[in-house]
Amino acid sequence: MNKIKTIFKGKFLFIFGPFFLLWLLRYIVPNYTISSKTPHWAYIPPKSCLGGCGSIDGFIPFVDWTNALIQFLRKYEIFGLFTFRDFTRGIANYVDKFLDFTEAVLHKGFPSYEIGPLPWIFIITLTVILGFYLRGWRLALLGGTCFAYLILFSKRGIWELSMKSLAAISVSAPLAALIGLCLGILAVKRKKFANFLWPMLNILQSLPHFSYLILVVIFVGIGTKAGVIATVIFAFPPMARLTILGLQNISQEIKEAGVMAGCTKWQMLFKVEIPAARSPIMLGINQVIMQCLAMIVIAAFIGQPGLGHDLLIRLQGLRLGEAFEIGVAVVLIAITLDRYSQALALKEPERREGNFVKRNPYLCATFFAIIICSILVFLFPFFNEYPKELTVSASVYLDNAIKSFTRSLFVPLGIFRDWMLIYFLMPLKAVFQSMPWTGVILFVGAIGWKLGKMRLALTVMLFVFFIASSGYWVRAMITLYMVFASLVICALIGIPLGIWASKKESRTKLVLNICDIFQTFPSFIYLLPAIMLFQISDVSAIFAIVIYSSIPMIRYTVFGLRNVPQQIIEASITSGCTERQLLWKVKMPLAFPEIILGANQTLMFALFMVMIAGFIGTVDLSQEIFRALSFSDGGKGLIIGLCVAFIGLTADRLLVEWSNQMKKKLGFIN
Amino acid sequence: MNDQIKISCSNIWKLYGENPEKFLKENNNNPSTEQLKSNKYIPAVRDASIDVKTGEILVIMGLSGSGKSTLLRCMSKLIQPTDGQVFFEGKDLLKASDKELIEIRRHKMGMVFQHFALLPHRTVLQNVAFPLEVQGIEPIKREDRAKEVIKLVGLEGREKYYPRELSGGQQQRVGLARSLAVEPDVWFLDEPFSALDPLIRKEMQNEFLRLQNMLKKTIVFITHDFDEAIRLADRIAIMYEGLIVQVGTPEELITKPATDYVAEFTKDIPRSKLLNAESVMNNEDKKLYDNTVNCKEKIEKIASKVLKSEGSYSVIDENKKVIGSLSKKEIIKALFAEDKNE
Repeated sequence: MNKIKTIFKGKFLFIFGPFFLLWLLRYIVPNYTISSKTPHWAYIPPKSCLGGCGSIDGFIPFVDWTNALIQFLRKYEIFGLFTFRDFTRGIANYVDKFLDFTEAVLHKGFPSYEIGPLPWIFIITLTVILGFYLRGWRLALLGGTCFAYLILFSKRGIWELSMKSLAAISVSAPLAALIGLCLGILAVKRKKFANFLWPMLNILQSLPHFSYLILVVIFVGIGTKAGVIATVIFAFPPMARLTILGLQNISQEIKEAGVMAGCTKWQMLFKVEIPAARSPIMLGINQVIMQCLAMIVIAAFIGQPGLGHDLLIRLQGLRLGEAFEIGVAVVLIAITLDRYSQALALKEPERREGNFVKRNPYLCATFFAIIICSILVFLFPFFNEYPKELTVSASVYLDNAIKSFTRSLFVPLGIFRDWMLIYFLMPLKAVFQSMPWTGVILFVGAIGWKLGKMRLALTVMLFVFFIASSGYWVRAMITLYMVFASLVICALIGIPLGIWASKKESRTKLVLNICDIFQTFPSFIYLLPAIMLFQISDVSAIFAIVIYSSIPMIRYTVFGLRNVPQQIIEASITSGCTERQLLWKVKMPLAFPEIILGANQTLMFALFMVMIAGFIGTVDLSQEIFRALSFSDGGKGLIIGLCVAFIGLTADRLLVEWSNQMKKKLGFIN
Repeated sequence: MNDQIKISCSNIWKLYGENPEKFLKENNNNPSTEQLKSNKYIPAVRDASIDVKTGEILVIMGLSGSGKSTLLRCMSKLIQPTDGQVFFEGKDLLKASDKELIEIRRHKMGMVFQHFALLPHRTVLQNVAFPLEVQGIEPIKREDRAKEVIKLVGLEGREKYYPRELSGGQQQRVGLARSLAVEPDVWFLDEPFSALDPLIRKEMQNEFLRLQNMLKKTIVFITHDFDEAIRLADRIAIMYEGLIVQVGTPEELITKPATDYVAEFTKDIPRSKLLNAESVMNNEDKKLYDNTVNCKEKIEKIASKVLKSEGSYSVIDENKKVIGSLSKKEIIKALFAEDKNE
């Protein structure tokens, strides 16, 4: 009882007080009814206060301003020579040159020299050898299986589609990695640049893809090169981040050793710093590749051909069997590239002694493989082009299986869906929609203030104010409701699963491995089962979000629980704790800061997935973005994108700060 | 030759805080502890002046946070001191250009680090050859030289190993080899053996003495281990909270500690191992007795025979000249030192 009293006296009242007061007032304020067309300004943000700007419904016309800027960039000629758009298109043409080459190698061939594309036998053999070199036979088997699947199931052209996608990736991934590396190095060497780069990376990484797809369309156009450029913009931030972290974490002594050896600045960079940070940098490359794969489907929206494009068309046509086949291809490629690049990141140089062949076994193997494959291709056309009649397709069976599966589950799934909608989602949506924007600003401000940071409070209040003033408040609250609902479900699934998994080493390994595999799936794949099970509704969107974003919740819970210091656990056991007491009185409180971080990550994942779920027709911000995309309305796309980014950043700032303060209290960090 | 000064540091200050240069100037280059504390400056090195003589082993010794590593880094200009001067062979290091510094480091300085600081992506051979590589020496030449030094530190046959394949002691041998590859005049060692376990540490100290006997470098050696300091040092500088409290030979520190802090340090040192006949003898009594001892003999070696005999021993120097005498009284005094200090 006492405890409740103190809570009400202290933080609780301070944080929630003004918020609830405003919320309740809503029903007391005279002249206000829910159905009223002109709600009170304190609850629903008013429209167009500045007047005259007209077209957009925000009371600050950000969208108009942004569109004006875009127009300016399109039309204004720098030095009277070329416009910004000419400049970006010029860059895109250079990208196109590289693209021509990779496309020729992988699927078009060089018609002018009468050379065909690289035969499939080469690709499989070289992948297998690379797998052996990087880690061993398991990796080689994975790589071989992946490409074998692609060639075997290419009745509907999966092989060609994959090669198209891989051609795009093999331009965008190196480009993104290079840009990220350079920016990262620059940020480490120039403090001022770092101060500028960090917030940019934060915003870039929390902007939904679709909002800059529109800008890419405006400034570059559509097609493969536009897709590549969009992919590069999306994929370079993690590389820059990991480069910065890697370079900053080099031990001081190693740098001093470099200086004392008399290195010049460039020698330091290339001979000491970059090699010493090679693991994080390689992990950055792994991240870049994964981001590029995630973009396979998204870039299809602006006309990049390949696996993504066909997957999208089949999803739209609800041809789920075929979509499933392509989905498996995307997943296999994703897992293969992920494991290969991870192996590359963790690869330690090996000591080999003896003659040339013994020292360079893989180089020799590659050499012989190329000779043998060349002979095979020359003698048998089978090895040059895999005959169509030997390909298979399971899509018909899959379609039937999916149909009978959903048919048999139609009734229970329907009941579940309706139950969720009526008793959980709809009421929650109503609650979120009735939240007054002024109250929300006060709420986040109060939390920021309570965490002891004036600056933090002001920043998050500004973020929320931006959303309210931009004219998309109502839509943003729908987005927030979906994210929140998913977060609750993710916590209900993820935390117990994490607790279960942390109990035994073998379970932890199993669960983390499954998480790993799930995380490599490109996000669009999750829409497949969602549509299969729940058709088009909020439930299917939330289902997709939940599968995708439970992963960090589980991961962080396991991590937090397993990282409780062994000494403390032993001390508790010798104090006579039961298993249950150990969990709730010792482990959970100590793991709580990590679990909060997990919730934060889950929220970010959910926000990302909500945007993709807009594809199956939710009515939140994502729908507006899709609309902006089809009208090429760059300003609108960008402003809505910023709204989404600011939702994410607000939550991120507050949760991370909270977790850090708890960790400090527990003495985990200084 | 022996008393030539290789590195001369005068009035070195290193403060951490906001705009320490200005603060130092405002306080006449000599702020007090209270002033530093009240203005939230952290003094790493305070007003340190010390000369390193050519060919000597100078050990800088102190507990962690006493500023010994910072002082060493000021000497090699890895850290820019807030104030003060460092002369290396008469050249003002703090005024040297980047280019000159690179030249000095490439040819005259070698440094060994506590955690070895080996480059993980390079083999032993490539690590040792690294300082030569950055100078632009051609591959065959630098590898020959690297092999020589690897042999010198006793790691023959491990040239192609990667650092992760070696034990701590072996890794530090690579560190020693790398720092010696350019044949430096001055050898900086920053707690080189602290990360090793005690047995290996002893072995490495012997190795170090063996190398120094051959190479005769000028050495600045950092340690927090007083036993290590007295084993290796010609002179020891003791630092406490950024100040150099006392500089002297091991004997001087024990027999004439400048402050209580130094005395506290030297208290537990087995004196018999350290003090020699000269430092404990009776200076007044210069008679020639039947028995004599050399003035450089350690007490440990002569104590039992002096205590067994009834009479006194004469202490003679290298020229067989009597410079003092030893009786039971002096030996007992030396062995139970605390009484003597009081």
